[in-house]
Amino acid sequence: MSAMKNYKINKTYQEINERIRSGEVVVVTAEEIIDIVRDEGPVEAARRVDVVTTGTFAPMCSSGAFVNFGHSVPTIKTSKVWLNNVSAYAGVAAVDCYIGATEPCEDDPLNKVYPGEFNYGGGHVIQDLVAGKKVHLKAIAYGTDCYPNRMIEKEILLRKLPQATLCNPRNGYQNYNCAINLSKKTIYTYMGTLKPKAANANYCSSGQLSPLFNDPYYKTIGLGTRIFLGGSTGYVTWHGTQHNPLAKRTKKGVPVGPAGTLWVMGDLKKMSPKWLMGVSIQGYGCSLAVGLGIPIPVLNEEIVQYTAVSDEELFTQIIDYGHDYPNGISKSYGQVSYADLKSGHIKFRGEEIPAVPLSSMVRAREIAEMLKNWISKGKFLIGEPQFTLPA
Amino acid sequence: MYSKILILRFPATEVEKPIVCYLVKDYDLTFNILNAAVLPRKEGVMVLELTGTRKNFKDGVQYLKNQGVQVENASQEIKRIKKKCTHCGACTAVCPTGALCIQRPEMIVEFDQKKCSVCELCVPACPTRAMETRPTNKAFF
Repeated sequence: MSAMKNYKINKTYQEINERIRSGEVVVVTAEEIIDIVRDEGPVEAARRVDVVTTGTFAPMCSSGAFVNFGHSVPTIKTSKVWLNNVSAYAGVAAVDCYIGATEPCEDDPLNKVYPGEFNYGGGHVIQDLVAGKKVHLKAIAYGTDCYPNRMIEKEILLRKLPQATLCNPRNGYQNYNCAINLSKKTIYTYMGTLKPKAANANYCSSGQLSPLFNDPYYKTIGLGTRIFLGGSTGYVTWHGTQHNPLAKRTKKGVPVGPAGTLWVMGDLKKMSPKWLMGVSIQGYGCSLAVGLGIPIPVLNEEIVQYTAVSDEELFTQIIDYGHDYPNGISKSYGQVSYADLKSGHIKFRGEEIPAVPLSSMVRAREIAEMLKNWISKGKFLIGEPQFTLPA
Repeated sequence: MYSKILILRFPATEVEKPIVCYLVKDYDLTFNILNAAVLPRKEGVMVLELTGTRKNFKDGVQYLKNQGVQVENASQEIKRIKKKCTHCGACTAVCPTGALCIQRPEMIVEFDQKKCSVCELCVPACPTRAMETRPTNKAFF
């Protein structure tokens, strides 16, 4: 942290939380702060505003939940577990498992009928659980003296489970590729359907509302940062897998390609099916769309300046998923701004091509607004990180 | 020219009679049989596309009904299940007619059914399965 720097405005986490408790706190969204900083300057904005809220809602593959489903009689140490016929990892303990978002259901035809539909998978199991639906659990075991049972089957309900914890090892990617397809046939990717000869460009970020775009050097985000997760409260618990703070950045500090990531956790029992939605990505697989939002405490004028970043100042790279990506070739076919992407068209090789979003701006705004509301009403305090993410 | 895909159900008593050929002979209609079967209880089911002028089409359908044939409209439409739609925009990559488009700057996905050609490409392209194929109103005739 830049504690040594001489700022005109200095606020501590404790002071901001005191203002939240007293109801005096001023909270705005990462879209609203843009004009405030432009009109009033960073010092005045930092004096007036205490918290800036962000939001994003998109498929985030590296998601899943630890489920403890309680002991049976006779006892069992499960070695294989299925939830609604979706395999969950059971090599954890006797009655614990991890249901991963991208695991397809056992009898899914996958891509045998190309492109596969992937109608049900781990992400859908998680959504069904939080929707309060009954989920069928089947587990097998080899049997031990202390755990003699070889097989159990039962219906589980989230509210009756001893414990269920959402634990997503990689969420909230700080920037992501803009995908095109330079091959001659349509391809079906995790970046959506890409028509041949660069007939569309798909992107997946909420841009100026995206959490890590608003704190590009992770000055306020780390272990213990309290966040909006799946409709409830969650926490950043670590840097996510593939976290890469060394990615190339603009002069303002924002990365121009995939960079930082978040490891997040929260109590699944408190979450909602509106903010954890199982998704089916044609030809690719199953996943989970996660609603995630981070409140950024305005500790000083430098922080507020970061949060004022706008789509015009955020860029990503055009990557070919027809040939380059599957062959591990890292090549950019140009840099585009999120302002251009969100306009619906980008210029590529002299031609206008449609730009298609995969991340919901409508939902991202809703998250930033909900978080703003929670903080303004004193229901949500800012979590001070024990240490911030590697920068 | 007027054209619709119809499902015809022939009662067991009528299934052996030549009926559809009179649509051509007496009503100047053309048809293309898409599917036909006689079911175990001898009722017949036929899916055909019937084409002609609007008046002849109407008279032809009336003729079928007079013969005891049950006539249903087989045409389909695409509906959006609003609760499932997250307004992500993925469907706009595949929609060929612009029926699905993004309203800016709100970034709301709009669905204009009038522009929809029922190609069904959006059905598997929608990550949350918010787009559905449904039969249009069966009380059409």
